[in-house]
Amino acid sequence: MKMTGAQALIKALEMENTEVIFGLPGGCILPAYDPLLDSSIRHILVRHEQGAGHMAEGYAHVTGRPGVALVTSGPAATNMVTPLCDAYMDSIPMVCITGQVPTTAIGTDAFQECDTVGITRSVTKHNELVMSAQDLPMAIRQAFHIATTGRPGPTLIDVPKDCLTNTMEWYWPSDAEVAESLPGYRPTTKGHPRMIKEAAKLILESERPILYVGGGILKARAAEALKELAELTQIHVVTTLMARGAFPDSHPLCLGMPGMHGNATAVTAMQKADLLVALGARFDDRITGKVSGFAPEAKIIHVDIDPAEQGKVRRPDVPIVGDCRLVIEELVKAIKDLLNGGATQADTGLWKSRVSGWREQFPLSYEMSEPGEALKPQFCLEALRDSAPEDTILVSGVGQHQMWSSQYWKFENPYSWVNSGGLGTMGFSIPAAIGAKVGRPDATVWAVDGDGCFQMTAQELVTASVERIPIKVAILNNSYLGMVRQWQEMFYEERYSEVYLSPEVPDFVKWAEAMGCVGIRVDSPEEVQPAIDKANGIDDRPVVVDFRVAASEKVFPMVPAGATNDDLLLPPTQMARKEFLR
Amino acid sequence: MSVASSHNQPNYHILSVLVQNRPGVLARVASLFARRGYNIFSLAVAPTEDDALSRITIVVDVDSAPVEQVVKQLFKLIEVVKISELDPRRSVERELLLATIRVTSENRGQVVELTNIFEGKILAVGVEAITVSLDGNPDKLDDFEDLLRGYGIVELQRTGRVALPKLEREARLRAVKGKAV
Repeated sequence: MKMTGAQALIKALEMENTEVIFGLPGGCILPAYDPLLDSSIRHILVRHEQGAGHMAEGYAHVTGRPGVALVTSGPAATNMVTPLCDAYMDSIPMVCITGQVPTTAIGTDAFQECDTVGITRSVTKHNELVMSAQDLPMAIRQAFHIATTGRPGPTLIDVPKDCLTNTMEWYWPSDAEVAESLPGYRPTTKGHPRMIKEAAKLILESERPILYVGGGILKARAAEALKELAELTQIHVVTTLMARGAFPDSHPLCLGMPGMHGNATAVTAMQKADLLVALGARFDDRITGKVSGFAPEAKIIHVDIDPAEQGKVRRPDVPIVGDCRLVIEELVKAIKDLLNGGATQADTGLWKSRVSGWREQFPLSYEMSEPGEALKPQFCLEALRDSAPEDTILVSGVGQHQMWSSQYWKFENPYSWVNSGGLGTMGFSIPAAIGAKVGRPDATVWAVDGDGCFQMTAQELVTASVERIPIKVAILNNSYLGMVRQWQEMFYEERYSEVYLSPEVPDFVKWAEAMGCVGIRVDSPEEVQPAIDKANGIDDRPVVVDFRVAASEKVFPMVPAGATNDDLLLPPTQMARKEFLR
Repeated sequence: MSVASSHNQPNYHILSVLVQNRPGVLARVASLFARRGYNIFSLAVAPTEDDALSRITIVVDVDSAPVEQVVKQLFKLIEVVKISELDPRRSVERELLLATIRVTSENRGQVVELTNIFEGKILAVGVEAITVSLDGNPDKLDDFEDLLRGYGIVELQRTGRVALPKLEREARLRAVKGKAV
């Protein structure tokens, strides 16, 4: 069947079961937008291409399916660089299609030409410049295959305009043909049996074990398997920022988030452990603190689908390359075999009592505001959490509000938390929340944002209003770039440099209303609950709640950059009993 | 190109990387090295006996990064099909050097003699300059280059090394298993 490259492109996206495209048309991609009119694929017209990218990420986060973004050449492609890098850092499956100037004009500095594959090479898992309409189905097929298998990540296909207008003969490559076209791409999914046996032995021998769980658990859809492993061995679990929700916070074995702003128990338990079982986690600097002082007595079992993560930061005693779900299932079997064969698990009783001592002594805490004082951001989050409908998805930007969200929310289900971890992209939350709501229209989606973040991508609320995507936004507005302010207070002798944002401008309520949302302003504790109830009751348009919160509030605990996790700074009220963290 | 002699503990590794012969592959490899802060001593690319594949021979500074990480990161490139790590002590390495040397009528004969001792070739002779070539083991090229320097080098170009495992003793070709993703 003959068709144009543009028709083939849209048909290929349909063949990949694409249900929604986030995009914005322009000169070079124009031909692709014509057959889109006749397609069953929903298109969401964004106001800025960066928004399309983060929406695709948010969609992928909550559905596990690749998000698709479609934009034109030049400035549209460069606007896509941040979301691509964000998706690359957090291993989010995403397929981005960019227009390009016609093949005959490539290299001439044509209007809206840029070297898209060159620019995006280091922020994509793979990218490709298509040079003929005939190549399109294979290129799209490869892009989806690469984005979703192995360690997931973003892929980009750059399509010159003449490849969209030229005619081609339709075909759809088989799985075998795709595999054959990528002779160097064979992800390992099954763990090595000998290594798994070795790991099982170490786990049973350990007196102070911790399961160190990262975002890979969610990518591998391994939450169930993880629960089985934890319950079988009765080992405590820490869930990193990328893994919040992978293990229920209400579970007695869950210690919550470790790392720079992790809770004291999770940080210390990792630090004092004799065995860390890293599952889909990559020993990020925000987790380890100073690497040379990280978990000095721990042996390491490292399960990761990406061999390059093995030994990148910390040399594992037992490296296992493979898919987390498959490996954990095998690990559970191996442990059961050992137990059935008469092996016994080491006594972890003493360790458990130490851990519960820490939990008792060092809960997350903040001081409630006195009457007349400014609202506490943590108080707002607790109220949001306690009123959130079941199955709420929480999305955050980057900064203090992100850390408080991760700390104070109670995550019970996988895929209920969306944030920008590796890249730390301010402005992530609003577009990502829109993408999440598109992927899970049945769920309530709350975006928690800072006033700094909000001002980076707020225009996408116009998209949300027009496309009838009723997300809810809570701005924790302290009129500061709050995390930077915190560092300047603590590490730059309170010399505040360029962190103060105006408390009066913009007027967030008016701005929200101008974008077709409901805007609510909250200044005092009594107003918090009514505002949240009102927001939860609105389902026909986006809502923005502007919480005016205390600027001086800091995120605790904190491991200062470059310090070891032993040098954790506790909230001022707990500092006096720090010696109990032993 | 001065890498330390290969007698004891070489501070370099030779990676023989088989890649799909497609546009942009070399750029990917080069940008990976730049992005991750790995140093390259030399790099040579050429087609292989199979049209679909090219071989990139990279000499990596192992002081800049553990070779294991370099190999694993390289493997993550979709178009990289196979990587062989060649132990310098157990492989044959060859390189080509071209040099134009400033000479006078008095010392031209010395340069010719030197080139003959090294079994190089005289490619062109002018009144004030002479162009020579030498192929062989990179160490031998280093020595030749040092000696030529005394006469005054006008231009000098080396190709970077290519390498294959030695045939005679058991060739220690270690094909790295476990293709990265």
